[in-house]
Amino acid sequence: MPLLEVEGLRVAYGKIEAVKGISFGVEAGEVVTLIGTNGAGKTTTLRTLSGLLKPLAGKITFDGQVLNGVPAHKIVAMGLAHSPEGRRIFPRLSIEENLALGAFLRKDTAAVDGDLQRVYELFPILSERRAQAAGTLSGGEQQMLAMGRALMSRPKLLMLDEPSMGLSPIMMQKIMSTIAELKAGGTTILLVEQNAQAALSLADHGHVMEIGRISLSGTGQELMHDESVRKAYLGED
Amino acid sequence: MHDLPDQLTNGLALGALYGLIAIGYTMVYGIVQLINFAHGEIFMIGGFGALTAYLWLPDGTGLTLALPLMLLLGVVCATLVAVGAERFAYRPLRGGPRLSPLITAIGLSLALQQAVWAFYPDAKKARPFPQFQGGDFDLGFVTLSREDLFIFIAAPVCMIALALFVAKTRTGRAMQATSQDPDTAKLMGINTDRIIVLAFAIGGAFAAIAAVAQGFKTGEVQFRMGFIAGLKAFTAAVLGGIGNIYGAMIGGLVLGVAEAMAIAYVGDIPGMEQFGGGSWKDVWAFILLILVLLLRPQGLLGERLADRA
Repeated sequence: MPLLEVEGLRVAYGKIEAVKGISFGVEAGEVVTLIGTNGAGKTTTLRTLSGLLKPLAGKITFDGQVLNGVPAHKIVAMGLAHSPEGRRIFPRLSIEENLALGAFLRKDTAAVDGDLQRVYELFPILSERRAQAAGTLSGGEQQMLAMGRALMSRPKLLMLDEPSMGLSPIMMQKIMSTIAELKAGGTTILLVEQNAQAALSLADHGHVMEIGRISLSGTGQELMHDESVRKAYLGED
Repeated sequence: MHDLPDQLTNGLALGALYGLIAIGYTMVYGIVQLINFAHGEIFMIGGFGALTAYLWLPDGTGLTLALPLMLLLGVVCATLVAVGAERFAYRPLRGGPRLSPLITAIGLSLALQQAVWAFYPDAKKARPFPQFQGGDFDLGFVTLSREDLFIFIAAPVCMIALALFVAKTRTGRAMQATSQDPDTAKLMGINTDRIIVLAFAIGGAFAAIAAVAQGFKTGEVQFRMGFIAGLKAFTAAVLGGIGNIYGAMIGGLVLGVAEAMAIAYVGDIPGMEQFGGGSWKDVWAFILLILVLLLRPQGLLGERLADRA
């Protein structure tokens, strides 16, 4: 039984169906990536998994429990954390307050303090600026904060939506190596990326999404060497 | 002869009252981007709640004894109506077109006025409100009435309590998060529906306290009292920067002092004699609103709009 199992998921905005029946799973300890162009339905899929959108049809099972109909604020308590597209940090709260909100539901104060130190070790820049308003950070630093905030809930599954979006190549490197570090530490990750090269090189499994459907699935290595993927997403002729 | 310290005291007392009501507009707007035009009526119901508590007490009960009960029942009534409005009038419309809750708010405002008019005993005319016994306090440079003393104690206590709550408590931080980004607040595990209810409840409670203060000042409560008070408080909220709780209080004080000054001194300006006195005060208040909207539309403490990266 995988940690996360998605079966026949369909999601619509009004009459427009953005996700048209997809199925995939994530095993504990692995990194799974969804790649594809803008509008393929990747972000919609993540927002549905975390309860922000209601599915039209299909079944989502996480850690043995059905997520359909569970409100978003209860899903995070079950161990599913979501670092959203565009980072969405709370701009007028300090870095430390942002991180504290990541652990909003946790009562184990001592362990939360430990996790806070761990996030600061992972991203020392956040530690230096902990009292600063989060809105004053650079894009890359905000991405670190969004990831750190998601980690503060000590999730069983971490969902990262476009963590490299809009970042400089150096900052993108830094974020990707952090994801590799988290993977090595045993964190289960569902990664949505437009940077297919970086995502596939990290992932155990990958799925290519095209206009609401999964068109191709395989291990990260298989997809990286697949002819059609190389043409469409890795910029080769 | 108008004494400046006395006029300033008048203005600040009036302004503190506007500010207390304005908190309700600004907190609700900050979280759900809705102007709750029924908020003036929630204020009015707070006043009638307080009056009811007074009428329940035996005749001749002193105000010092009655005041806690009046505040309690006023706050309970206003909070219940505010929370009920959220639950049954606004929540079903959330996520729909922005115009629907606005129209609902106006309808609710009329319905609440008419409900009090029709069902509260003798509410078709103004009902007398209990008054403090005893004279003003002469502080030398200024005389302070007991009504003004009440609002000068109540408003800072409410404001400081709210500021501490928002800045220091876990729920207060959840409230800030919800106002900055409701969807992401949900991802943190915050039950944003409950935060919205809380914003309505706090706004209702503060409005009820303001209604008691106004009852003392004017000596009456009546079913239409929420209309002008609500408009003024809305003006104060916009003046201070809607969405900002400190702005609401400062906007209220600026508006109150401006009104008091205009009443006292405009008539002294040569050529402006006919514009002096109390009958023009609403005009000055709304001219101030128009000027703010033209010159500084985000309000005095308005929030920068570009801080979402």
